[in-house]
Amino acid sequence: MNLPLLQVNDLKKHFPVRGGLFSRTSGWVYAVDGVSFEVKRGETLSLVGESGCGKSTVGRAILRLFDITAGQVVLDGKRIDDLSPDKLHSMRRRVQVVFQDPFSSLNPRMRVRDILAEPIRNFGLTNSKAELETRLAELMDIVRLPRDALNRRPHEFSGGQRQRICIARALAAEPELIVCDEAVSALDVSVKAQIVNLLQDLQQKFGLALLFISHDLAIVEHMTHRVAVMYLGKIVEMATRQQIFTAPKHPYTKALLSAVPIPEPGAARNPIILKGDVPSPINPPSGCRFHTRCPYVFDRCRTEEPELRSWEDGQWAACHLDVLPETAASSS
Amino acid sequence: MTITTTNPVPIPPGLAIARQLPDLMAPAKVRRGVFGFLRNNPTVAIGGALLLCLILIGIFAPYLGTVDPTAIAPAKRTRAPSADFWFGTDLLGRDIYSRVLYGSRVSLTVGLSVAALASLAGLAIGLVSGFVRWADSIIMRFIDGLMSIPPILLAVALMALTRGSVGNVIVAITIAEIPRVARLVRGVVLSLREQPYVDGAIASGTRTPMIILRHILPNTLAPMLVQATYVCASAMIVESILSFIGAGTPPTIPSWGNIMAEGRALWQIKPYIVFFPAAFLSVTVLAVNLLGDGLRDALDPRMAKSL
Repeated sequence: MNLPLLQVNDLKKHFPVRGGLFSRTSGWVYAVDGVSFEVKRGETLSLVGESGCGKSTVGRAILRLFDITAGQVVLDGKRIDDLSPDKLHSMRRRVQVVFQDPFSSLNPRMRVRDILAEPIRNFGLTNSKAELETRLAELMDIVRLPRDALNRRPHEFSGGQRQRICIARALAAEPELIVCDEAVSALDVSVKAQIVNLLQDLQQKFGLALLFISHDLAIVEHMTHRVAVMYLGKIVEMATRQQIFTAPKHPYTKALLSAVPIPEPGAARNPIILKGDVPSPINPPSGCRFHTRCPYVFDRCRTEEPELRSWEDGQWAACHLDVLPETAASSS
Repeated sequence: MTITTTNPVPIPPGLAIARQLPDLMAPAKVRRGVFGFLRNNPTVAIGGALLLCLILIGIFAPYLGTVDPTAIAPAKRTRAPSADFWFGTDLLGRDIYSRVLYGSRVSLTVGLSVAALASLAGLAIGLVSGFVRWADSIIMRFIDGLMSIPPILLAVALMALTRGSVGNVIVAITIAEIPRVARLVRGVVLSLREQPYVDGAIASGTRTPMIILRHILPNTLAPMLVQATYVCASAMIVESILSFIGAGTPPTIPSWGNIMAEGRALWQIKPYIVFFPAAFLSVTVLAVNLLGDGLRDALDPRMAKSL
């Protein structure tokens, strides 16, 4: 079956900026402004970009934690962005989430048992109490936590253990796609590796698709199949891991990659230092959104927005330039 | 002090070595159960014990050497405290000790009822306001309006509409106190709604009523319990003020405010008439506030204690 598991078509999410006496809308935050991508079954797509570029908003839109402004979210050939809450319920099981902060992702007043049983009961995945018990024990084994931890509360666990509980909760619903919203960013390095390896194992075992939202390029390079780079609410480049990390086509991707530290003392690094700050998503720049900071900017960029267009081998990038000049990069 | 050491490195002069390092990493003793909780939180214990004493005094007032608090004895007017009249007698010769003890019933009834009623109503209003977007601005503007009126003035105005009775005092003070609880609950609900575990639960297919019941409500209770104690203390003070200015409990019922109001004319020459009810009121309010402060510290989620 060639139908991708998840298709996102021209997704837009604009948040109102409210102010004044009766909470009038005084403007819009263009958090996500026309994003399209697809995730195949069993594949990892990483969504990378700096803080505030809208990558988490994309994840939350797919989970339907809010209504989207425009566009489509298609899960397994069926639109889910316009479903009523009742019809959505059965679709929710198929997409689950693991959040960044393992301390606020678990209700402090619930036992692990109840946290894990919640999705199982909600979706009616087991028929008897004994079956539920078996399933809970099985989940604890999958995420490599002791079974007796079921009767404890979240504050008795470390960050890495809590994140395992979060993963177990996501798995409890037997999903096909897990949105990992910065799932390992808050963990320290050794624990991070454990969780990443766990996610990879689970992907192989259950054929899970992962939408891996992250700003940590080293982790992304380690575990992803494809990468989509976001800047200010838009995807600027999308390609396979190989293509992104060896031959980036978009100047922003290039700058982003050059900023990754190399764990080797004295290694030659030539980071591209971008000028200025990310412009406000309330009032995004005209033309190419990256033109205010791009080292290769020319007149056309200021007025005309570049399309996300196809390069060879299925690499997509939104830049007017076909070849990035090498010299400009080192001089700026 | 001489130090014998097998350390081959010579110890520089003037450097003393402690024989044993203080055990900085000694694990904090975890006490469990109700008594463990009270030992860990002495403020709660003291406040709770004081309040319990006062409640017992109120309940067992008839058995604590009191006489009929409304019995008038013109021959024994304004007696100073003595073995016969522990707290003295008032203008009509009534025993102040008995009146103060019976008066604690009014204060505690009003305080506890208002705390319970205002918490329930405030919880309901706060939950609706936090969850129903369109209702939020309407409810909150109304609450803002209520809060702009001083609670005592509001209670006086409400009492002016009705007959003076303990029940009406409770209703009037409750209405004046609801906004404070409602605002707090709304704020907590709004912040809890943004918690990732709520989003996680939504993604896990939990529907809104269950989200409120399972994830929002239990986490609202701790701050609300703390607020309830402050409401209780405030209600007792407002009740006394209402009685004092003659807008609250009818004068036939002994309440601390009434006793103070009646002793007011003579307070410079017979201060004990005002002193004893005032002292009881202060201690009661102190007890409730201690309890509230202690609970606030003890229930702070950052302390990560299980309760």
